[in-house]
Amino acid sequence: MDKRVALVPGEQTFQARIDAEEKIEPKDWMPEKYRQNLIRQISQHAHSEVIGEQPEGNWITRAPSLERKAILMAKVQDEAGHGLYLYAATETLGITREELIDRLHTGASKYASIFNYPSLTWADIGAIGWLVDSAAIVNQVSLQNTSYGPYARAMVRICKEESFHQRQGYNIMMTLMNGSQVQRDMAQDALDRWWWPSLMMFGPHDGESAHSAQSMKWKIKRRSNDDLRQQFVDQAVQQAEAIGLVVPDPDLQWDDARGHYDFGAIDWEEFERVISGNGPCNRQRLAHHKRAHREGAWVREAMAVHEAKQRLSNEDVA
Amino acid sequence: MKSDDPVTRYALRLGDDALILGHRLSEWMSRAPFLEEDIALGNVALDFIGRARLFYQYAAERVGGGVTEDTFAYTRDVREFTNLLLCELPRGDFAFTLCRQFLYDAFSLPFTEALAGSADSRLAAIGAKAVKESRYHLRRSRDWIVRLGDGTEESHRRCQQALDELWIYTGEMFETDQLIDELVALGVAVDTAELRRCWIETVSETLRAATLTPPTATADVSGGRRGIHTDDLGFLLAELQFMQRAYPGLQW
Ligand SMILES: [Fe+2]
Ligand SMILES: [Fe+2]
Repeated sequence: MDKRVALVPGEQTFQARIDAEEKIEPKDWMPEKYRQNLIRQISQHAHSEVIGEQPEGNWITRAPSLERKAILMAKVQDEAGHGLYLYAATETLGITREELIDRLHTGASKYASIFNYPSLTWADIGAIGWLVDSAAIVNQVSLQNTSYGPYARAMVRICKEESFHQRQGYNIMMTLMNGSQVQRDMAQDALDRWWWPSLMMFGPHDGESAHSAQSMKWKIKRRSNDDLRQQFVDQAVQQAEAIGLVVPDPDLQWDDARGHYDFGAIDWEEFERVISGNGPCNRQRLAHHKRAHREGAWVREAMAVHEAKQRLSNEDVA
Repeated sequence: MKSDDPVTRYALRLGDDALILGHRLSEWMSRAPFLEEDIALGNVALDFIGRARLFYQYAAERVGGGVTEDTFAYTRDVREFTNLLLCELPRGDFAFTLCRQFLYDAFSLPFTEALAGSADSRLAAIGAKAVKESRYHLRRSRDWIVRLGDGTEESHRRCQQALDELWIYTGEMFETDQLIDELVALGVAVDTAELRRCWIETVSETLRAATLTPPTATADVSGGRRGIHTDDLGFLLAELQFMQRAYPGLQW
């Protein structure tokens, strides 16, 4: 057989490659649904990094010390960088960043619902770094083995930076718990507000997750929502106890037989409310992003025009 | 936190410039025209906050008695801040921020180069560290001025307007006073009057490349070094110092 005439592999061959843990690369054939599923997941992840700049960025100008300010700035900058890696990974699937941003603005594309909660006090910066970044790490570590090459490689890069995010958040909480009563109360209040939304970050229970089964089969997702959530709880509960914080769940208890913590029921109505646009800050988050994008339009245009002029004058010289 | 020690007062001036300018830049996080600029503006902001800390740490060591870098940033009122007015002006639009940055960077590079030769070894070390950053800052802001000036009609107009508004605040960078004269004589401070020509060259060359017109305003507005600021600085400090004012004396 002439090797240059590549057979278009069908879904079976594709699945066989997935099963053999081969990475799928941008130029490889892939089922359209796999592509769409990836675009949905990676862009949602990218938007989350970008929208996540807001609740934390809110405190850059108000950080309580110069050292905390510098650390927070570096952290928020990292998140913007993650957004960049992930937009680039999504673009390999044949969609532009402009289209992705448009989908975010129309609501066709989502971002992590947790960023629709406000960061009211400095302790929230601790809670976000500790819990939200922990949850992100648990999820992202599992995605380092995702079947799509560019996504997997973006995850490897991102995971390298995440542990610093988690540590700085936990360090803020620890410092508060070693401080005055006012500071300890501030830390506990932040945990009370961020605990359940953090658990919701892993999405619906396995049985009710709309995209889970197919995503697992295609190895876009590697571990189930409940599985990841359990790992997060097991870690976070011990970290909370180590610094004297009380996890706001009366049903929480260690289960010897399972070797895991049992925890209470998640309020899925709250989850639905926030995800469908009615959390405390949904409107503000989106409005903020739209405004920055709109106000930057003339800059992006100027850049494009200037580049075109440069190209033209270079051609003249040549 | 008043100090009569000339070197301390000088370090605080330079620290204040860096902190206030860094603060204005940091306001752009999540608000830049595109994601790469969120990161780039954040980078420059971070450099200035880092620079402020070095100057404040040195000043704190000289003052002693439990004073830290944060004492200077968080517990002084407007009248004690001695930054240039140029640094405190509200960020405005992207053209205003980048024009301000360019006008400052064109000054900051020769300034840090000269500071690296200070007779005070600590100031010299801070200067030497800052030179590399300043070179990158200037390259970046110069590129933006050329892009915006020689971009679209709108970007040209915005850039020219920003430049015209900012011009009257640039003279303050080259002003000297008794403190500077005294420290220049000792080889400690930079004689900024001598940097003016270099600054004008950089600015003229860039404006030409950007098809922008050099502003003609000759009046200078100044006062920052004496603690006479615009109204805007008070609001900036209200935000910057909120935590330390609301919960004084705690560790964070
Ligand atoms: Fe991230
Ligand atoms: Fe992170």
